[in-house]
Amino acid sequence: MTFARKYWIVLIISGLSTFAFAQDGHENHNHPQPAQQQDAAAHPQTAQTTGENAEAGHPAGAHSPCGHSVNEEVPFNAGDNAVHHIADANAIHLLGDTYLPLPCILYAPGHGWKFSTTSTFHAHHHGNGEVAQDGYVLVHGSIMRIQNPAYAKGEVKVDDYTHQDTTINGKKRTLYYAVINGECNLLDAKTTYDGGIMGGGITSFYDFSITRNVFTMLLTVLILFLVFRSVAKSATKTHGRAPKGLQNFIEPFYTFIRDEVAKPNIGPKYEKYMPYLLSAFFFILGLNLIGQIPFFPGGANVTGNISITIVLALLTFIISTFSAKKHFWEHTLWMPGVPAVLKIFILTPIEILGIFLKPFTLLLRLFANITAGHIVILSFVSLIFIFGDAGKSTNGSIAGIIASVPLSLFMMTLELLVAFLQAFIFTMLSATYIGTAIEEPHHH
Amino acid sequence: MLFLADFSVIKPEPGLLFWTTVIFLIFWYMMSRFAFKPIGEALKKREQDIQEALDEAKKAREEMAHLEAKNEQLLAEAREERAQMLKEAKDAKEQIIAEAKERANAEYKRKVESALHDIENHKNAAMVELKNKSGQLAIEIAEKILRKELSNKAEQEAYAKSLSDSIQLN
Repeated sequence: MTFARKYWIVLIISGLSTFAFAQDGHENHNHPQPAQQQDAAAHPQTAQTTGENAEAGHPAGAHSPCGHSVNEEVPFNAGDNAVHHIADANAIHLLGDTYLPLPCILYAPGHGWKFSTTSTFHAHHHGNGEVAQDGYVLVHGSIMRIQNPAYAKGEVKVDDYTHQDTTINGKKRTLYYAVINGECNLLDAKTTYDGGIMGGGITSFYDFSITRNVFTMLLTVLILFLVFRSVAKSATKTHGRAPKGLQNFIEPFYTFIRDEVAKPNIGPKYEKYMPYLLSAFFFILGLNLIGQIPFFPGGANVTGNISITIVLALLTFIISTFSAKKHFWEHTLWMPGVPAVLKIFILTPIEILGIFLKPFTLLLRLFANITAGHIVILSFVSLIFIFGDAGKSTNGSIAGIIASVPLSLFMMTLELLVAFLQAFIFTMLSATYIGTAIEEPHHH
Repeated sequence: MLFLADFSVIKPEPGLLFWTTVIFLIFWYMMSRFAFKPIGEALKKREQDIQEALDEAKKAREEMAHLEAKNEQLLAEAREERAQMLKEAKDAKEQIIAEAKERANAEYKRKVESALHDIENHKNAAMVELKNKSGQLAIEIAEKILRKELSNKAEQEAYAKSLSDSIQLN
């Protein structure tokens, strides 16, 4: 009973999450709820396709010249579902067809900046916009750009969005098209800096929008700031008295980072690096935890996005490298007491590689852990759709729920641990790197 | 429908990189300035206070122990003094008793002596009186005898003669 009383909040959130995801999944697939099973069976699948399709006269499932409509019914794919849900988006899906519009800040070289909000795309179903604005369209909640310069200005109605798999330079790529007036217009995804390795690259536009991830970051930072401000105020005010309230919750974290992370790893000069370590720790922890909440305002996979971990790891890299002392460079570049041949050909190259590998492992570890956690939870929730044959079998769905709820619950509890653990590990390793860099030579 | 099966989280995006940098730098500055600094200072101050309080408590305990030892010493001294005083009192008492006895003895002796002296005096007086009385009695008896014997002439002469003889003899 004590267990239940202590962890009721975890139980409630975990339980809610399963249903929230389940609901989310249902909405996205446009599948009937299990309770409406008979109803759904009575109607042909085409009756459930979107209004856009019907208006454009493209019955779902029909092959347009540029591939399949994005609204076409395809078998449920748990992997695609998970990958879609962990991605960043330009609008926040609240419930059903309701999306929270977010500011769009877009830049296309040669066409200048564009400031608007996602609501101007008139997105309803699946986050697909009804219109193109100055060449930009909203597909599945993400902004894309029509390559055809004829649509670079003004508002144009989009009939449908399609996708087509092709092979470019031996790599499988999925191309997206906007169907306008029966014509297929190739769409560009936003620019990414993966150098084409991951199927992205520099395209015709840059997206600096306040996306779901940016919104979550702002919200988390604001909450953290307010919490810490109140703690700081009461800490200053209650001087000479016992700490109370939030102070008792926050201060142990502070002393933990100070006594277990900063002091032992950095040494006597630890105080200078405390603000960075604390900021990194609480930033990551806050985002990890808010990402665990499966519905608005949580659910965004922020720390599981490599862009965020890159920035944090880069800051650790910059701080440790720029505060590095002579002792560090000497031991990295020209290790004393080792033959010159060994140094030139083995040790120094490895050490230099190590300087860059350290932040790389840092960014990869956090990214991989959080993304993996989200994928596993989403996969467990997907069991409901797999067992229920994507909403066609009520009994299957029930079996799926029975299998999914405890598994998701277990995973969510584990992810709660991972949220703390990864924030701690990132901070710990940052402190270690800084500590190694500023280490003073030992006097023998 | 189809999901955008694009593993986009692994692609660094300029927008996210930009916003993360901006947000984190602002967060870092604001937190260190308005949260971590005061919290750290308050914690340090509190730790110092606690350390000081502990030190003071230790000091007070030590002082207490010191005081207790001192009390113990004082008590011992007092006890010794009392014993000393008792001993002195006892000595004084004995001395007084001894003196008193001595004086009593002397008085007694003096009284006895004076009594003996009185007795001697009285005895002497009594002897004198007795001598006087017995002399008187002897004279009276002699007178009576003489009166009776000297009633005839012959005897008177005889007696006078004997007396004169005895006086002559003396």
